[in-house]
Amino acid sequence: MTGAAAAPVVLRLEGVTKRFGPLTANDAISFALRRGEVVALLGENGAGKTTLMSILFGHYLADAGRVAVEGRPLPPGDTRAALAAGLAMVHQHFTLADSMSVLENIALGTQPLWSPRLDRGRALKRIREMSADFGLEVDPAARIADLSVGERQRVEILKALYREARVLILDEPTAVLTPQESEALFATLRRLVARGLAIIFISHKLGEVMAVSDRVLVLRAGRLVGERATAETDRHALAELMVGAEIARPDIGPAQPGPALVEMKGVTVGGLGPIDLTLRGGEITGIAGVSGNGQAALAEVLSGTLAPEAGTLAIEGRAAGAWSPRAALASGIARVPEDRHGVGVIGDMSVTENLVAEAYRAPAFSRRGWMKRPAARDFARRVIRDYEVKCSGPEAPARLLSGGNMQKLILGRALDGAPRIILASQPTRGLDVGAVAYVHARLLEARARGAAVLLISEDLDEIMALSDRIHVISRGRLSPASARGELSIREIGARMAGLGFDHAA
Amino acid sequence: MRLEPRIASPAQTILYPVAAFAATFAFAALLVLMAGVSPLGVFRLVFLGAAGSQFALLETLTRATPLIFTGLAVTVAFRAKLWNIGAEAQLYIGAVVTVVLGTGAVAAPSWVLVPLIALAAMLAGGLLLLGPALLKTRFGVDEVVTTLLLNFIVLLFVSMLLEGPLKDPMGLGWPQSQRVVAEAQWPRLVQGKRLHMGFPVAILAALAVWLMLARSVLGYEMRAVGHNAAAARFAGIPVNRVLALTALISGGLAALGGVSEVSGLKGNLTLDLSPGFGYTGIVVAMLALLHPLGVVASAIFVAGIFVGADAMSRAVGVPSYIADVMTATALLTMGTAIVFTRYRIRWR
Repeated sequence: MTGAAAAPVVLRLEGVTKRFGPLTANDAISFALRRGEVVALLGENGAGKTTLMSILFGHYLADAGRVAVEGRPLPPGDTRAALAAGLAMVHQHFTLADSMSVLENIALGTQPLWSPRLDRGRALKRIREMSADFGLEVDPAARIADLSVGERQRVEILKALYREARVLILDEPTAVLTPQESEALFATLRRLVARGLAIIFISHKLGEVMAVSDRVLVLRAGRLVGERATAETDRHALAELMVGAEIARPDIGPAQPGPALVEMKGVTVGGLGPIDLTLRGGEITGIAGVSGNGQAALAEVLSGTLAPEAGTLAIEGRAAGAWSPRAALASGIARVPEDRHGVGVIGDMSVTENLVAEAYRAPAFSRRGWMKRPAARDFARRVIRDYEVKCSGPEAPARLLSGGNMQKLILGRALDGAPRIILASQPTRGLDVGAVAYVHARLLEARARGAAVLLISEDLDEIMALSDRIHVISRGRLSPASARGELSIREIGARMAGLGFDHAA
Repeated sequence: MRLEPRIASPAQTILYPVAAFAATFAFAALLVLMAGVSPLGVFRLVFLGAAGSQFALLETLTRATPLIFTGLAVTVAFRAKLWNIGAEAQLYIGAVVTVVLGTGAVAAPSWVLVPLIALAAMLAGGLLLLGPALLKTRFGVDEVVTTLLLNFIVLLFVSMLLEGPLKDPMGLGWPQSQRVVAEAQWPRLVQGKRLHMGFPVAILAALAVWLMLARSVLGYEMRAVGHNAAAARFAGIPVNRVLALTALISGGLAALGGVSEVSGLKGNLTLDLSPGFGYTGIVVAMLALLHPLGVVASAIFVAGIFVGADAMSRAVGVPSYIADVMTATALLTMGTAIVFTRYRIRWR
């Protein structure tokens, strides 16, 4: 992209600092954003990216520092002023009214609340023009609920442009997109900066940061630790800056397969199956596949939240009886659920209460119907230390944890006590490089001590890197297993598309 | 105008509820002014009527007693997100069990009869809420609807009983039950005054509920289910069983309020045993922010307003309905205050 060093500064941050109790979320952060450039804000979860953006938009008041837009200081804590000054943000979780049309969503809030009706004709014309100009194709009359995720994101961007945004902030925009949709987004961003917009692109995916940005700012532990011109750096250097140390590629030795710990034969439930699946100790079995092909049902069966409708499930050679989450836990299955926030933790309860959620009935944590609170707290302190959970203490509400730390909490709860069988469902989705490496290391550690690991992931690189055996799941059926390195990524991709399956059955 | 999340300072978390009460009194003062009476005089009379003498204070505590029971019943249920709107019905069922067992059907000494009636009544009240709870967990039937409608069904059922099988033959035709025998009665606390055993029992119940919620395994399970049922189920907490137990405890507490009113205060069952204690219990629990010990304080506050307003309206010409207005306003302003401790308002 074009060098923009001479272009005027649209957004300037000076010494922005924000503390939450003992934690400094932003430590004297200063940078300038110029017209027509894309600046990537790179950092692990909890590095302070979200806090910084919240200060920009007035959701938080900074303890120190100044923000100026086009030379004029932005009043702190005033969201309206930030929007009026031309800042706009596209969040990971969209803020659209599902039951309303694209047009209504875009025009919503741009006209006085009490005006009798929307000036549809004018709004429609502008939206059509902007769609064509920037390659943001979307039908203005369509209902949001009928749109794909990629289309909804386009509506969000149109919404920002409609309000004449001059600085567009995108928070992990590709997390919800297919590779093709991401490419289209990048093309749109290029057109936008060519028209003089400035863009802040928040991400922790190094590949796309390299592809889309002119400049990269790296945040770590609340501090701005590096600023690089994208053309003069590489992924490896950025990754090191981000986590503060060289990331060791996991060194995976040959598998030493043990006995079959889980055997599913003809298991059928919902849209899944019938499937046969064997998990051996000392092996990571990967399930690759496009989202929505039965992965969730498979994970639920092993978690105990769904009982097989047909077929047999045997754990360590014994047929599973009445199947429930508690039965699954009792037979030694550790579970890492796909939905961390909704299913993995109880956000309004403390870290301690979350950590004992699977084991509170054990004599270690309760006696005669009463909780042993000191024991639970000691356990929590140990897990927080052993699994490097960053939080203000065992009494902190779980919802305040960042995604990576929440996952560490769940890993600590599941893996403490050296379980024989581990289900990891989308264990690294939405996590940053450091947290991903951490999760992978823990899974490999479990493999090394002889546990059977089932890894379900939509990230094919992850599956290929970790799995000793790979099944592809498509329309609820499993492909035969392939050994590590037996199939190329293309061959697996073909299976993911349904080739080689007997779907006629 | 919009709301923005914030973290309130400790001063604000105290200031806003205080402001809520100030607003409540200001609003009531406005209404009193419209009636052409001095608000300060009226508030003074309300206060004196609620706490100005030993008699007044004991009367307030007497009135607070059933509200503590129903407030606790609502607290327990709401903590597990089981929306029990039927404390009124459960209270009446407790009263029915009291007169069925306590009017001579069971001959036993007091130390047997009193606990027996209490346990039987709690079981009946619990079972009355277990139905809606099971309909919720099995078939997804909304318990707000079922518990609310059960209030009317039970009240009509009680009416039928009082006109039929439970009617006092010596009652001069009034729809009322016989009086409970002396062995079934709860003792008065002060000679010649109405305050009875029910009040200390209610305090003990509040302590027990607090301990249960904060420290017991069941309390932990109830809170987990209330905060996030999906995560609780995933972690192996038996959600349906927890909701069933919650229903038994919640319904039992409300029923104990019915026992307390009959055995401690009224002596028999009539259709006006409860002037809406079950519904006011929801107000009490919400004002207490679902904290069991807070329920005691908020029940005494609400009872004081009602008792004081009764006394006041006898002295000056302001209707005692001002008490309803004040509790309703307190609920609204307190709700608003809680919103303000979590959010700030932004004009433009």
